Amino acid sequence: MDPSEVPPPLALVDVTKSFGSVRALRGLSLELRAGEIHALVGENGAGKSTLVKTIAGVHRPDTGRILVDGDPTVFTAPADAQRAGVAVIYQEPTLFPDLSVAENIFIGRQPRTRLGTIDKARMRRETAEAFTRLGVDIDPDRPANGLSIADQQLVEIAKAITRRARVLIMDEPTAALSGVEARRLFTVARTLRDSGAALLFISHRFDEVFSLCDRITVVRDGAFVSCDPTAELDVDTVVRRMVGREVTSLYPKEAAEHGDVVLEVEGLTRAGVFADVSFSVRTGEIVALAGLVGAGRSEVVRAVFGVDHYDAGGVRVEGAALPAGRPKAAIEAGMALVPEDRRHQGLIMESSIGRNATSTRRRVLSRFGLLRSRDERDTARAWGERLNLKYGHIDDAVATLSGGNQQKVVLAKWLSTEPRVLFIDEPTRGIDVGTKAEVHRLLSGLAGQGLAIVMVSSELPEVLGMADRVLVMHEGRITAELDRAQADEESVMYAATGQRPSEAA
Amino acid sequence: MAPDKTVPAPDRERIRATAPESPIRSVLSTQGVPVLGALIVVAAIAVLFVDMFGTPRNVNFLVLSIAAIAMIALPMTLIVITGEIDLSVASTLALTSATLGLLWESGTPLETAIPIALLLGLVLGAFNGFLVTVCGLPSLAVTIGTMALYRGLAYVLLGDRAVASYPQDWVSGVRQPFLGVQGLPWIAVAVLVMALLFAVLLHVTAFGRSLYDIGHNAEAARFTGVSVKWTKFWLFTLSGVVASGAGVFWTLQYGTSRADTAMGLELQVVAAVLLGGVSIFGGVGSVLGVMSGVLLLGVIRNALQLFGIGSDVLQIVTGSILIASVVTPNIVARVRSRRTSEVPTGTVPGDRPLNGEKS
Repeated sequence: MDPSEVPPPLALVDVTKSFGSVRALRGLSLELRAGEIHALVGENGAGKSTLVKTIAGVHRPDTGRILVDGDPTVFTAPADAQRAGVAVIYQEPTLFPDLSVAENIFIGRQPRTRLGTIDKARMRRETAEAFTRLGVDIDPDRPANGLSIADQQLVEIAKAITRRARVLIMDEPTAALSGVEARRLFTVARTLRDSGAALLFISHRFDEVFSLCDRITVVRDGAFVSCDPTAELDVDTVVRRMVGREVTSLYPKEAAEHGDVVLEVEGLTRAGVFADVSFSVRTGEIVALAGLVGAGRSEVVRAVFGVDHYDAGGVRVEGAALPAGRPKAAIEAGMALVPEDRRHQGLIMESSIGRNATSTRRRVLSRFGLLRSRDERDTARAWGERLNLKYGHIDDAVATLSGGNQQKVVLAKWLSTEPRVLFIDEPTRGIDVGTKAEVHRLLSGLAGQGLAIVMVSSELPEVLGMADRVLVMHEGRITAELDRAQADEESVMYAATGQRPSEAA
Repeated sequence: MAPDKTVPAPDRERIRATAPESPIRSVLSTQGVPVLGALIVVAAIAVLFVDMFGTPRNVNFLVLSIAAIAMIALPMTLIVITGEIDLSVASTLALTSATLGLLWESGTPLETAIPIALLLGLVLGAFNGFLVTVCGLPSLAVTIGTMALYRGLAYVLLGDRAVASYPQDWVSGVRQPFLGVQGLPWIAVAVLVMALLFAVLLHVTAFGRSLYDIGHNAEAARFTGVSVKWTKFWLFTLSGVVASGAGVFWTLQYGTSRADTAMGLELQVVAAVLLGGVSIFGGVGSVLGVMSGVLLLGVIRNALQLFGIGSDVLQIVTGSILIASVVTPNIVARVRSRRTSEVPTGTVPGDRPLNGEKS
């Protein structure tokens, strides 16, 4: 089929959109063809979200046109986009937890029987049909509550199918999925493509983009950069186009001297979460905790730091036993934790940049017990400069910053305590490529100065690129300890899935 | 994925303009300014149009009538900023008063009885704190429970009797003017000093900062090393002590201990705190605002009383002000967010559920 003959089910032509003085989209064009998976890549803030919302009918473009089957169409509300056959699958779907899967799928458009009551049998049947088409096994009658994020996304996709959506937008669907779940999602996506749907796939993960998608569109600063078939592209080219400059190295790991053991974790156990976890970290060393989502990596780190309790085992910092369950004691002992969830654990989003950045050092900054705002601001500004933080005013709410800059505030908050052990959980989740490299360079530099770093990461390239040593966890236990030289994608993945190479074949 | 600058320039200018720069301004905290303005306007109207309002005698009466509320409102401010509430304060006051009465009747000198009464307040507050932090129960439920419990205990101690045999020098003592200034009872100066101490604690110490953090996001505060449970425990204990202190003052001021004393006072305290700009959802508020709120509520009630309006209507007015002070910030926030609603905030989960909504 020559795509130029049939008008594409959805196309955007020269779309612009401004919010106040911020120009989110400046002349963006995009063509989604039937039977094709189209990737959209760009740094954070490049306009991807705005684009998705424009397609979904949430935002109306200031100028430019949206073409449905070649005809100019105006989406005034999300319902218009749905009627045109557009469905959006978000990273974290919002289902009604107490309703069944089938009820969620038909919410607001339940089929009726002749008596005017809801036709539950038909709802169940059509839901089951949709799942069969997708090749997944979810009980239509079970409540949505308790479904994994991956399953919730599949429910949303089933919803789109029953609506006969022809255009599916997937906005970073794999960010919260494990490898197995992501692969299942890709199978579903290919099934949909082969049945003639047009898919738009947004992701920060290049391996996914390259293995799944037929064409790749790169956007930068709200503008179209390029659109080429995947076969004609490679990762370096795409990254270069995204950032608009050469990225020297994504993982600039420098060699650092490893000194004495700073942190010893011995037989740490929490019933039902992790068991018998032991490891030690030396100064200048970066140890990565790898594994699938849900393997218990974050939980171990949280227990060591003291925000969670543990049932057995112990933690020693520089030989001294650390009392359990007391973050304050951990901080005093020289620990710092940059948590996984920036918005809920790392920062007070309503509070200012300055106050967030200094929240760990308030007692130190106080004079005679009194804390002066000027000292808070000055300290925060100094750290902002050190970490190349981009912000409007130090008193702005930290929520006004982009993800990467928010992460820098969390880093400032913890690095200013001059820790000896830094735990960093998903250091670059939801961060654009440019800032990612900055964070990696920073971590590498800190290790060079003798900081012991324990990094939890779900991104294998990051683990392999940064770590001196990789501890792989599977179902709450450490299943492998690999040196930098030994660790490669295969060895880590085998350990993470609880298999040995010989068994796995 | 939202663009770096999600706040339009004018908004940023506004935030900058209201940011306190000097330590003194941060003690006063600019958050309370609108209420202070309202207070000045209402007081001016009352002075001009209400007979007798401006006389030293009435001002004296006004100050005495709100002193206990002002005292109790101070720890209440801290508690509400952390996202909790203490509704047992009036009952704590009454139980303290009843205990003081019994002790005095049984021949205990007041010099001994008063410290015992304060100790009792500490225990009552700590009990609230225990239930909220150790048992993890919501403070609203806990303190509604202890509100009934403490009041009930007061009835057990005194029944429907009254103890009114307090020595005259103590009773008139609490009403003495400060340095002989008519219309300025010494208690007003005492409350002012307390308010300053609380303002310093809340606005310029690490402890005060942590209260706002807890109110906004207790989880993130815990990750930063704040002992959320201990902090809340001490706040409830402090509230108990201050409420019992107010109980001692209240008892001597009226020269009477009764089990039904200060009935419904917690409503006035909470109304004043919320009127003073403290958010019932936690994370927002200032001592200046709350003290203005206490005075504003007192002035309104006093002026209406001078007009000869009965206590039933006063109750309605207090209730309406309570509701208005909760609703107004919501409306203001909604109007403000509507003005900026076109700004993308891609990282806010609240603006995701497009496809979860009814279609």
